[in-house]
Parts: sequence; C-alpha cells; structure tokens
Amino acid sequence: MTKQPEIKFTKLFIDGQFVDSVNGKKFDAINPSTGKKLCDVTEGDETDVDKAVEAARRAFKLGSKWRTMDASSRGHLICKLADLIERDAEYLAALETLNNGKPLPEAQLDMVFAVKCLRYYAGWADKIHGQTIPADGSSLVMTRKEPVGVVGQIIPWNYPVLMCAWKFGPALAAGCTIVLKPATETPLTALYLAHLSVEAGFPAGVINVVNGFGDTVGTALTKHPNIQKIAFTGSTAVGRLIMENAAKSNLKRFSLELGGKSPIVVFPDADLDNAVSTCFNAIFSNMGQCCCAGSRTFVHEDIYDEFVKKAAAMAAARKVGNPFDEGVEHGPQVSEKQFNKIIDLVESGKKEGASVKCGGKKWGTEGYFIEPTVFADVTDDMRIAKEEIFGPVQTILKFRTMEELIERANKTYYGLAAGVMTKDMNTALMFAQAVEAGSVWINCYDATTAQTPFGGFKMSGQGRELGEEGLHHYLEVKTITIAIPQKNS
Amino acid sequence: MAPEIKFTKLFINGQFVDSQSGKTFPVVNPSTGKVICQVSEGDKADIDLAVEAANEAFKLDSTWRTMDASARGRLMEKLAGLMERDMHYLAQLETYNNGKPLKDAVFDIYGAIYALKYYAGWADKIHGQSIPADGNVFVVTRKEPVGVAGQIIPWNFPILMLAWKWGPALATGCTVVMKPAEQTPLTALYMAHLTIEAGFPPGVINVVNGFGATAGAALASHERVQKIAFTGSTAVGKLIMEAAAKSNLKRVSLELGGKSPIVVFPDVDLDKAVQTCHNAVFANMGQCCCAGTRTFVHESIYDQFVEKATELARKRKLGDPFGEVDQGPQVSELQFNRIMALIEAGKKEGAGLKVGGQRHGPEGYFIEPTVFVDVQDDMRIAKEEIFGPVQQIMKFSTMEEVIKRANDTHYGLAAGILTNDINRALTFSQAVNAGTVWVNCFLHVTAQAPFGGFKQSGIGREMGEEGIHSYLEMKTVTISMSKF
Repeated sequence: MTKQPEIKFTKLFIDGQFVDSVNGKKFDAINPSTGKKLCDVTEGDETDVDKAVEAARRAFKLGSKWRTMDASSRGHLICKLADLIERDAEYLAALETLNNGKPLPEAQLDMVFAVKCLRYYAGWADKIHGQTIPADGSSLVMTRKEPVGVVGQIIPWNYPVLMCAWKFGPALAAGCTIVLKPATETPLTALYLAHLSVEAGFPAGVINVVNGFGDTVGTALTKHPNIQKIAFTGSTAVGRLIMENAAKSNLKRFSLELGGKSPIVVFPDADLDNAVSTCFNAIFSNMGQCCCAGSRTFVHEDIYDEFVKKAAAMAAARKVGNPFDEGVEHGPQVSEKQFNKIIDLVESGKKEGASVKCGGKKWGTEGYFIEPTVFADVTDDMRIAKEEIFGPVQTILKFRTMEELIERANKTYYGLAAGVMTKDMNTALMFAQAVEAGSVWINCYDATTAQTPFGGFKMSGQGRELGEEGLHHYLEVKTITIAIPQKNS
Repeated sequence: MAPEIKFTKLFINGQFVDSQSGKTFPVVNPSTGKVICQVSEGDKADIDLAVEAANEAFKLDSTWRTMDASARGRLMEKLAGLMERDMHYLAQLETYNNGKPLKDAVFDIYGAIYALKYYAGWADKIHGQSIPADGNVFVVTRKEPVGVAGQIIPWNFPILMLAWKWGPALATGCTVVMKPAEQTPLTALYMAHLTIEAGFPPGVINVVNGFGATAGAALASHERVQKIAFTGSTAVGKLIMEAAAKSNLKRVSLELGGKSPIVVFPDVDLDKAVQTCHNAVFANMGQCCCAGTRTFVHESIYDQFVEKATELARKRKLGDPFGEVDQGPQVSELQFNRIMALIEAGKKEGAGLKVGGQRHGPEGYFIEPTVFVDVQDDMRIAKEEIFGPVQQIMKFSTMEEVIKRANDTHYGLAAGILTNDINRALTFSQAVNAGTVWVNCFLHVTAQAPFGGFKQSGIGREMGEEGIHSYLEMKTVTISMSKF
C-alpha cells in the first residue's frame, strides 16, 4: 500500500495567501475507505466569501496586472500551472484517492486529463476573436469579447482535480477572476492547486478558494452582488437553487452541469463482448459517480439474455477494495450520505420487482463500499429506471425497435449523454440525430476530451463546457460603433 | 566571440546528410565579407529525396497522421522550449551569419518562440462544421492538412521566418521541405537538430539548403508537393506562382516586397513621430518587407521633421553587430551593390541628400544611414524597393492627396498613419490598400495578427488564425440518411 500522502494545505486561499476563516470554524475531511477523519479543514462562510470576492474584484480592475497583461501571457501562466500539476501528479493523485476513494490509477488518469484540459485552454487565451461588421450607416463597427468578470465556481466531489481544471481553464483563458468553492466532501486537492497557482505566477486575487458548505458558502456565491457569473456542477436539485438565486440577486450569468440518466443502447449487430464491456465501464467507472454514466442499459431482445449473463459475470469479477491496493478497480462511494441514498434505491429496485443478477449490498466492514450491482428485467416506471442513483448499479432494460427505443430514451427530464453500439451507419446516425442528449457516443462511451463540448439538454444543465463552446459563457460581447465621415466597403 | 558552427549538411528524414552531388557553397559573415564555413548545396536530386521523405511521413496511418492533434501541439511546445534553452547560442549564430545587432537577434528568437507557441495552441482547435444542407443528408466538413508543404524563406529574419512557416504547417498536420536562404543557412540547420530532440517523427521536417534557381525551382515545380509558401522578392514570387501553375497547380502563398507609406499629420508629438518613422525604415538595416520607405510628412511640419530625422540618422550607431550598436552590415555584397546603385539614382534624380549615402568602414557590407528629402513620386527611390537603410521624406498637403499617392504603387504590404484625430485615422485605415495598417505605431507585428499583402505584395496571410488556412484543404462529407 502506498504511504499516505501528507496533507499540506487546509486553510482558505484568498488574495494569494492561505488564511484562516473569519469565524475560525473548521469541518472534517473524511477518508471514505475507512469512514475516519483525515484532518480539520478551515470552514468559510459569507464573510470569507465577501473577502474573496473583494480580492477577485481588485484583481479584475481596469489597469490591474491581470487585465493589462497580454492574452498570450495568460496562456503561458495556465500552461505553467499545467506543467506544475504534471510535476506533482503522483502526490496529487494520492491525495485525490485518499479523500475521494477512487482507485489510484484512475486518480492518475484524472491528473493527465486535467493537465490536457488546462493546456487546451491555455492555447485559446490569445485566440478569442471579436469581429468587424458591415453594419448599416457610416460607421466602423466591431465586437470585443471581454471577460465577464468575477466568476463563482462550485464543483462536485466526483472528480475534484479534473472539475477544477474544467472550471479554471476557460475562466482564466477568457481573463476572468475566480472564487471557487470545492465540494465539502473533497476540499483538499483544490487547495494544493491554489498553492501551485502561486508558484506558476498568477497575480494575487485571480484565483481564490473558499471551502465550506453549500448553504453558507455556496449560497453566498450565488447571491453575491459583485459576482458576474456562476458556474455549477452538481445535482439538478441544487442547480435549480443556483438559477433561482442568480435571478433574485443581480441576474448573474449562470451555467449548469447537472445530473443524468443516460441511455446506452445495444443493437444485435454489435460485437457482444465489446458491447458488454463498454456498457460495464459506462456505469461502473468511478463507482458509478459520474453525471453522464450509462445508467439505463437498453439491450435488444434478440441478445438480451446472453447480454445479461455476460454483464453479471463482469460485474461479479470487478475487484473491490482499498483504492491504494494494486489491482483494485472499485473503491468506496464518497460519503455515508451517498452510500445510504444508493442502498435505498437498490432496495427499491428489489421491492419493485427487478431481478438482482449480481451484488445488491454493502461490501466490507468499514468505509462506504457497495458491491457492483446488476439489475435485469427493469421496466421504465421503476425508481431505478427513473432516478439518478450515482452508484455502481447497472439497470438493464429490453427493447425491440428503434422508434420505441428513441421514445423511451427521451422520456426523461434529463438529457446529458447517450450511447449506441451498432455497426449499421443508418442506425447510428438516426439515433444520434433523434436522441435528446448533449453528448452522443457511437461505439464508445465517456469519450469526452478537452476539445469536445460537453453538457446537457433539458434538466441535465445549461451551457457547454470544454471545446471552444466552453469559453462563451465566460465572455461578454461589447459592440463598439465609431462614426466615420464616409464609409466604404 | 564567433559561435561554433555545428551543422552544415542537409537535413532529410531525420538525419543530417551530404548533398547527392557532394557540392558545397560558402557562407559569409557580412560584417567582414569573409567565409565562415561551407554548407552542403542541395539540388533537384536532394529535393526529390526530401519530398519523398515528407510524403512518407504524411502517409495515412503514419505516426504523424495518427497522433492526436493536441500531441502535435505538444511537440511544437517542446521545440519552443528547446529554443528558449538554447537562446544564447541561436542569437549569436544568427548575428554571426546575418549581421543584425545581437539584441535584435534575441528579439527575433523570442518572436519565433511565441509564434511556435501560438500555433501549438491551434493544433487541436481547427474546426470543420456540420451543415444543414438540403436533402435527407448528414453533411460535415473536415479541414485536412493539405500535404507536403514546400517553404522558401528569406535571409532578413532567418529564425523568425522559419517559425512563421513551421508554425501553421505543423499545427495543421502538414509535413515540410524547407529551403532556407542561401545567404543564411545556419540557424535553420540548428533548428532541424532541435526537432529531433523535440521528438518530431523523421520526415515531418526536412531542410535542404541551396540556391533559388536549382533547389528552390525544383521545390516550386515538384509534382508531389501540394503547397508552396514563399517569402522574398516580388520578382521571384511571380516565378514561383508560374512554376506552381505549370506543374501540379500546387496551392501558393506569397509574402513579397513593399514600398510602404508612413504618413505624419501635424497634430502629433513631432519627436515621437520622427522616432517612429526612423525605426520604421532603419530597423534591421532597412531589410524589412514592410519597412516604412515612403515617409509622407505634412507640409506644415515638413522642415522641422526633416531636421530632426536627419539628426536621428546621423546619431545612429553603426558597427560590429556583437557590440553596442543600432545597425550592422547589409546581408551580402549583392544587396550592398543594389542599395548603393539606388542611392546613386537618388542623387542623380535630384533628391536632397541630408546625411549618409556611402559605404561605412573598410570591410563588410556597411552602409551609412541615409536620408533623402524633397523626394518626388516619380523618382526611382520613391518607387522601387531599396531594402536598405535609406529614408525617403516626401511632402503632402491633404488627406485625399496622400491617400491617392500612398496607393499609387503595385505594392500593398503595410501602411502607417500618425495622428490623434479619430476621423483621420479611420478614413486612412479604410482607404489605404495595405494588408496591415498601423495607427500611431509601426512594425507592430505579433503572432496573433494576420500579416500579408494587397496587390503585388503577396497572396494570402501569415500569422493569426488566417495563417492556418493556406495549409488546409477542406473536404465536404455527405452521408445519405436513407438506407442503401
């Protein structure tokens, strides 16, 4: 077992320094593999948010270092941060696994993707173009794309470092300043990234990190009159509150990445073993704690029974254990609360008549481990087919025709992702066109990279992250019209 | 003081090799006129080998074609990092071979590093589209690398010009056969060496030194080169375009000469204006395609301007480019003679010579900073590109007149205007036929801003997002949605 990484930073990070909270409160960081406390973490509240926002505002003032540096220089700073994460990847990954519970190799992969994401956005910094426009009248008209201002960012606990990179990347590339609230369950790695931002050379106040709880720090961010935009990744329920608060306060711009109940569909012409494996990873990755998890597995009736058999066997073979141990594929769920929620839904599945083919209960004696679970004979009206479980629970449903399948796939308020396994081009394209999902994966799943826009239709969110699209909601368009004596084309 | 010359061969398919003929040619130090070393001389046979290697590296399923676009960007970042590491050596080598003051060489290399970093960022951001076309179809466009790119660069900014060419070509996924200027082959070879260390697959970048009439012509007319990019004189640019047309219709982009106007209105700080106009024409010994070589000064400030401009030129420090100087030698004897001939024409045609006009020093190709006044539009020094440290000061009275005179040329590379009046600035920038218009500045060139010429100053743009276009070929893919 890897030696437990040393926890180096536990305070708030405001205006380039680590500081205590104004009221001196603390909360516990927990190791979900054991359920035991790791350390105290400084707990911020509204007054600390005010301080952080003030620092971010100062850093954003006209004439500030951040506002006057070349756009390309912002890009170089973001690149430097990426380089430092790469340098300290081993430590960061271990810290991530300690606090989040994901197997160490997956934490390491998260670091690779976080670095790629930051490098991607570093490249955009000096390529954000406005336009000149042939407007009616004798004038010269251009648009400028300006940074929207101080942005509040609230991130979840399922991919702490990666979600931080997804948020920092476009905000910094666009020239905004940031107040970030990490998830209460996973406050530690964001603080280490804040420390690296000092070494990278970001001016004080550009990045601020305030740990605390949703109903204090989170709410303060969403209601703050001096925050111009809020970006949130988390549950749909909280997403609604964010939007409400944004409206009630200062109409701050908002973008939301919320929950999902994404369908993954297997046609009979697909290679069966490949399909089983893809569907398996689609649901069990990250202990099922993935907003775009393939959590409704639709299998064609012709191959249904065989699919279920193979899927159950694969789930049964999934190695559960201490995420630091070699060969472990499956760690604990992140918290007791999550654990209870998942077990409750699993019980409802049993009660409502789905067949348990594998798993279905707690694993081990300590921590929040749940056995990889497979339900077959699931019908659309069951709770496990409708509600987001966010746990290692595969639900396998049977279908017959494309028309029926599309209707059922779309019959949800969610719309984050969808997948289809088929060799037939027409099937693939028809599905891609018809399904109401922000990401459609054909013969693959979770194929999200720095370059590909990602986000939800309907109640899975608003706006897109990643790709060029990811920049838009950190920008405000200004149209400048200059009268000239006589225009010519 | 002289830096060690490490690489003098050709660079083909990831290796340094002799030319097929075994021939070499001399490389000269323009500060002394003496030979530095011999460099392998490539000809058609070597171009053929290089093009073959570049085509191999470009094959479907090759390492270069199958790597992530972002990975191409990483390789370019790596190369930029190595340039940063070896900055000191590269700058010395550039000054030794080209003659520009050392601090200018350092500035150039930073420009080259930023250009590579800028384009590294574009590699995975080159987007096609999906399109709502008529019919029961699914339509997308792909922007694919055009293929093997032949690149011929000049001697005035050897490393910077190399970065301007490699940047967009590599970002888009093309492979490259570059022919550096025969006057300045050395830094390109060191850069080729760095590409190995950076990790570029063999054949992606090839460097073949040689002469225009042989190696250059072979590249321009090669049947297996899909695109040629050339920076140099308008005369040779026309030959390149002809060769491209006569061979395989390869895509052509050209950055050629200029006779760029810089216009001074009376509402500006005169000292600042004089300094800006001075730098506009004397930078890099006047060896700049976009130099401000027609200085139009408003009649109301003409006499004071002339006096101050003369003084600045008189004070310009000329000498050994490794010393604390503003100006080094011209790059070659040929250039030296051309410039002197045009200076003589200026004198003969009746322009007023205020300062300079002759050789400086007993060795090398140094020319004194020269200022001509009362220049008329029909004089040779007002019409022809001199490419030397020679300022032409001309008088004007109205905006309409100066616009007309500014545009009365086959060239159209750049233009500048110095004024604080918003209407003047906008009227001029709208009206002048120039690819780059500078308002209250000049020679402000950055990686992010497209640069190139109207009319016979060139075709296409380099730098900025625009710079990518000429290295891409667009493919429209239409998939029928009906079962077949």
